[in-house]
Amino acid sequence: MSGIALRGLGLVKRYGEVVAVDGLDLEVRAGECFGLLGPNGAGKTTTVEILEGLIAPDSGTVEILGGSWASDPRELRERIGIQLQETQLAEKLTVLETITLFRSFYKKGLDPAEVMRIVQLEDKESAWVRKLSGGQKQRLSLAAALVGDPEILFLDEPTTGLDPQARRQVWEVIADVKARGGTVLLTTHYMEEAERLCDRIAIVDRGKVIALDTPAALIAGLGAEHVLEFETESATDLARLRALEQVHDLRRDGVTVSLTVREVHRAIPQLLAELQAQSVALTRLTTHHATLEDVFVAMTGRHLREN
Amino acid sequence: MRHPLVEITRVKFLEFIREPEAIFWVLVFPVLLSLALGVAFRTKPPEALAIAVQDGPQAEETRDALARDRALAPRILSVSACREALRAGRVALVVVPGAEVTYWFDPTRDESRVARLAADAALQGSAGRVDAVAATDRLMTEKGSRYIDFLVPGLLGMNLMGTGMWGIGFSIVTARSRGLLKRLIATPMRKRHYLVGQMLGRMAFLIPEVGLLVGFATLVFDVPVRGSLLALATVSILGGMAFTGIGLLVAARPRTIEGVSGLMNFVMLPMWIFSGVFFSPARFPDALQPAIHALPLTALNDALRAVMLDGASLAAVAPELAIVTAWGLAALGFALWLFRWR
Repeated sequence: MSGIALRGLGLVKRYGEVVAVDGLDLEVRAGECFGLLGPNGAGKTTTVEILEGLIAPDSGTVEILGGSWASDPRELRERIGIQLQETQLAEKLTVLETITLFRSFYKKGLDPAEVMRIVQLEDKESAWVRKLSGGQKQRLSLAAALVGDPEILFLDEPTTGLDPQARRQVWEVIADVKARGGTVLLTTHYMEEAERLCDRIAIVDRGKVIALDTPAALIAGLGAEHVLEFETESATDLARLRALEQVHDLRRDGVTVSLTVREVHRAIPQLLAELQAQSVALTRLTTHHATLEDVFVAMTGRHLREN
Repeated sequence: MRHPLVEITRVKFLEFIREPEAIFWVLVFPVLLSLALGVAFRTKPPEALAIAVQDGPQAEETRDALARDRALAPRILSVSACREALRAGRVALVVVPGAEVTYWFDPTRDESRVARLAADAALQGSAGRVDAVAATDRLMTEKGSRYIDFLVPGLLGMNLMGTGMWGIGFSIVTARSRGLLKRLIATPMRKRHYLVGQMLGRMAFLIPEVGLLVGFATLVFDVPVRGSLLALATVSILGGMAFTGIGLLVAARPRTIEGVSGLMNFVMLPMWIFSGVFFSPARFPDALQPAIHALPLTALNDALRAVMLDGASLAAVAPELAIVTAWGLAALGFALWLFRWR
């Protein structure tokens, strides 16, 4: 097999007047974890369902594992595993019964006991789905995607709505799949999830890929690796701040001013000196490593999560 | 690993038996209904007619003559008590003895007219009248002709319809509304395995469903099963399959339980009324009869009654079975064509 597991070219999907996917291209390499990162409504789910062969695109082509959805859908279904964003599995079946049911659909695959071990649900084997927590349900849904021992695993927002601990357990499972050499395509609007799990990330906005690279390269693309955020009592002269030697970029979001800087230990004295010169008092100052969130904000002027 | 069809059928069956409400409606409710209706319409032994003999000369002889007919229960009352008892309906007739016997009664009451005829016959007979024509009675009280006998096959048919349709419709629409159908077609599962598995899973609880109701009716009400058990099983299975197919058709599109419930009732209501569950469809006008007999439940009920009550063979009910099967196959075909997985 070539190094490309999955390729989408010129994908377009419209729903009436709304263009959900607007000429999107991407390539997923065999063995990598590829992330589609974007805000809600960016077209991630539509894109991933086109790639999964569940939605027919209005135009564009999908090449998957050297085949296409038109030529041999069943053979492809044997080789991929899918977790949909909103599947509620049957409530009155046990974990084992659910996994066994899904296993029966595949010619070859993993033993249900093995899958329960991978998703850490061995002690829930006989529990009804209804009794599982949100995180456990999500891991059962992962189990159903893994039980056919897929060559590509599709995960649509695998941790949305989970608490931090449940999220970390799902991440462990995905990291385990990656470690076994599986190809993973996941969508998320959590930049932390994308940074932590993905080898490469496509940032998606309004149905298009607006940036595609490794997380480190995307952040490096900002030209500076730290972000200073501050608020002041009165208005500041932003033009003079922008002119400071350490400041790579400046953005104002309401009362908060964000500076992208190369070196925090040099930038802070410069900022403080300048504010003093302007006779403006600080009310808040924070600093963090630049994240994909900052990349998204820099590229679109909007945040990934609007809250 | 088991075959997917086996797994789907198994899961369908497990989901059913883990639903206490379903167990009640499918297995317990028809038995309770047949019990209630069987008790309400049980055959009562004929009661003797209460009649009064007005006190006076020859009252005792008259009473003894009347008492020879066991259908009459005469007693002697005073004149005023006679009037009171007749007016209150406690007696059907007052006999006033004498050289010329007087019958005193309300001619609008059926039982009074019957009592008058019976009393006169008894008195004439005891006075020496000889019947001109010899006559014997043949009584129609054999089992198989009572209301409960008519009712049980109808309840069985109604239950096969209800379980087939709800049992399939509810679970499919629930799975669709929860995104589970979409998840299933994202696997290599064959669609026909899912649909056939749903039908087979439903058929698995046809055995207790039919067995319980027929067994109960046989033991408690002595309802006969005159045809072979094989014929009864075959008719039940074909009927169950047909309504499962219709259930699949009704569930082919709706996304909500409310939507499918309305559609179910719309489909089933005419059959509850017209198909002879509780009373014979012969009561409807002749013009409606061809349409009524084309309904699958009418055909199924006719076949069940023929097998249980008349001891009909499968060959004898072949026309009804053909109607039932045709409905099932046509509905299944349409269902496969219309079915939406999301």
